[in-house]
Amino acid sequence: MDNKIALSMRNVTKRFGKVVANRNVNLDVYQGEILAVLGENGCGKTTLMNMIAGIYFPDEGQIYKDGQEVVIRSPKDAFALKIGMIHQHFKLVDLFTASENIVLGVDEDGRYNLKNVNSQVSQIAEKYGFHIDPKKKVYDMSVSEKQTVEIIKVLYRGADLLILDEPTAVLTPQEIERLFNVLRRMKEDGKSIIIITHKLHEVLSISDRVAILRKGEHIATVNTCDATESSLTEMMVGKKVSLDIARSQPVNPQARLLVKGLNCKNAEGVQILKDVSFTANSGEILGIAGIAGSGQKELLEAIAGLQLLDSGEITFVNPKKDKPVTFFHKSLRRVKELDAQGSFHDPEGKPISFKGMKNSQIRKLVAADKVLFREDEVMSLRGRTPLEIRSLGVRLSFVPEDRLGMGLVGSMGITDNMMLRSYRKGPAGFLSRKKPKELAEEIIRELEVATPGINTPVRRLSGGNVQKVLVGREIAFAPKVLMAAYPVRGLDINSSYTIYNLLNKQKENGVAVIFVGEDLDVLLALCDRIMVINSGRVTGFVDARTTTKEEVGLLMTQTDRPAQEENE
Amino acid sequence: MNPWLNFAIESLGFGAIFMYGATGEILTEKSGHLNLGIPGIMCMGGAGGCLALCLVGGLQLPGFLVVLIGILGAILFGMLTGLIYSFLTITLRANQNVTGLALTTFGAGLSKVLFGTMDHTVYLQFSRTLFRQPFAARSDALQKLGILFYLAILVCVVASYVLMRTKVGLRLRSIGENPGTADAVGVNVTRYKYIATLIGAGIAALGGFYSIIDFEASQEAYKNLEEYGWLSVALVIFALWRPHMAIVGSIIFGFLYRCASQLTQLGGIFSAMTAQSMLKMLPYVFTIAVLIFTSIRNKRENHPPASLGLPYFREER
Repeated sequence: MDNKIALSMRNVTKRFGKVVANRNVNLDVYQGEILAVLGENGCGKTTLMNMIAGIYFPDEGQIYKDGQEVVIRSPKDAFALKIGMIHQHFKLVDLFTASENIVLGVDEDGRYNLKNVNSQVSQIAEKYGFHIDPKKKVYDMSVSEKQTVEIIKVLYRGADLLILDEPTAVLTPQEIERLFNVLRRMKEDGKSIIIITHKLHEVLSISDRVAILRKGEHIATVNTCDATESSLTEMMVGKKVSLDIARSQPVNPQARLLVKGLNCKNAEGVQILKDVSFTANSGEILGIAGIAGSGQKELLEAIAGLQLLDSGEITFVNPKKDKPVTFFHKSLRRVKELDAQGSFHDPEGKPISFKGMKNSQIRKLVAADKVLFREDEVMSLRGRTPLEIRSLGVRLSFVPEDRLGMGLVGSMGITDNMMLRSYRKGPAGFLSRKKPKELAEEIIRELEVATPGINTPVRRLSGGNVQKVLVGREIAFAPKVLMAAYPVRGLDINSSYTIYNLLNKQKENGVAVIFVGEDLDVLLALCDRIMVINSGRVTGFVDARTTTKEEVGLLMTQTDRPAQEENE
Repeated sequence: MNPWLNFAIESLGFGAIFMYGATGEILTEKSGHLNLGIPGIMCMGGAGGCLALCLVGGLQLPGFLVVLIGILGAILFGMLTGLIYSFLTITLRANQNVTGLALTTFGAGLSKVLFGTMDHTVYLQFSRTLFRQPFAARSDALQKLGILFYLAILVCVVASYVLMRTKVGLRLRSIGENPGTADAVGVNVTRYKYIATLIGAGIAALGGFYSIIDFEASQEAYKNLEEYGWLSVALVIFALWRPHMAIVGSIIFGFLYRCASQLTQLGGIFSAMTAQSMLKMLPYVFTIAVLIFTSIRNKRENHPPASLGLPYFREER
């Protein structure tokens, strides 16, 4: 490569509060090359690129464009330096046509002439081999077409350095191939391209060089021709960092949640889950590892009753054998139904039949704990709403990824947020505030939540405290299955450990814990088994005690590997 | 002159009040701001224009200057009232609905106080002689279509052109749809929002002034302004956020409302009061019908601006 350097970063550091997103990064991009930036989630790839695109401003360090030191304070500055970034989440006005989106914000002399723009857009498209209709409205476009509009938008502004943030995440294999052909043509045209990705085979097929980031630091830049999947994975995940999480052996694990053959599509019709099957056992933490957006969110939401499924079965096993039936969340009708199926026996082991009994007699029997389950209660959760799941007596707790969106109501205090779980209790039409208030006080005390008061809106608490409130509420519900999605995201190390300990305690109490995490070190140290998910497909189950980060990392990123069956 | 034609012309003149109000509100809403203070701004505009005329009433100024001073007075008062709204909702990011409703109450009240202090004959003397040019001398309904009526149509057409055919319009619309995107490509969102809400307030204020000085030309006219303001807000929906559609809509609204006020003179057959109230209701019924129709068709172009009513923070992630 005899080309000149198009852009270089020297000792660039960026902090968010106490968290260091990038530390002393040095990076060079040559003219007419494709540089892949590779790294795990949260390693600072996007932050680094955002500093080139003017979204963030570096705290330390210099950026040079074509040999000149430059200061990029806004996207406008970046455009003026011929730098264009295509974000993962497209920034387009749905109601506008492709051309209108492309010309928006361009400060050009002369009149606004859409016809002119249309023909220029077509020219650019032809030059690089895009397919686009300039007059098509964005809301009528597929994801791939929207991406094309974004790319043409930066080309129209004359960019010679393009940054693509995970451009292939939302595309089909054919669309990816088409995109790569376009990128190769741009490269031949002398443009520099930075592509962020964590798919190794894509890195190997498209890039000239690879820069690897880990935990915000630049590890190395290697020529792609010298790299292999395993060498890249090794650099990407690094050495094992020891974490001190007290992990106990699972005690008497029993199947608690059985998931079989889940398939579902998202709103855009893209298949998100592909034939996902697994079993979560009691007294065990099942980790789910995968690149963000591989279907973890949909999987948990499907179990919680928030996601429509195309096919598949979700079965919950309630350990009720020889235990008395209660009216906990269960109506008399439900008890009678169960009886009709012959589910009960009395304390001496004789079958019970409610036939011919009055309701009051049944109530009395149940209240006296004289009605016992013959077998564990097995219930299908598919197609049920969260409320239905609860009224079946399934104690399923869900700590969603989006704490203040799905988990808690930001503008309400801690007590009110506790009541989101218990608002149906109490006399008809009235709320019982006493118990939730006691619970709120207990959580503040036990989990050391730092809050000015019990009624302070939870939005004003720090991320760690918000998470403690949410996890505390879900645990107080005495769950049989506890699902937590990225429960330590954005938390400092102390809060993280509080959460790990809470999860471990639940495991020791016989709860089936499902933990979706992004930090492989934590997954390996905390979980008993790890299920690896890749583009909505389960690529393997590993024993967290014996596996290595490299093994999990490969399962996360390889796409040509056939799906493995779960081996019990 | 044919009484029917007479009636049609009067409806046309009446509709121009809503034309101003609706065009002003459309410009505002295209920037993503729902200004429910339009009725109050129209009241204040009327008061401002008349106040300006009262101030220059004694001086023997040339005609065109008097007209200009009246118009500028209306715009100034409208923009000042609008500035309260803009500052609260754009800079302080206050709730737009609450701010707007408060502004309507405020503007309607303050304008009544101002009118109470004015000598109505001073500003009304100009309406016939100056504002109703060039047909002031005629005895039929044409005399009611004065300068401000033609200005209303001009404003509508210009607003429509700017919105749909210029870069400025494209940027303004992009802000109402998706301010984050507009910001990312370097459009100054705050500046555009201020300009749109202020110009919108100025245009709406002219509607109030027009109603008092030009169309109704009576000392009781200011009492109806708030009602006309709400009709203008309804017309925005009726016109599907398009200024040129507001011209058609305002003629329909004007016609229906004119029918209502004519009915009092009929009487006899059935209770004129009841029929009048029913007719006055019709513009709103029509608006609801348009809403139902467009909701069923569900075409994206007929929806309100996507980020209407939502404050914009750049740092929000």
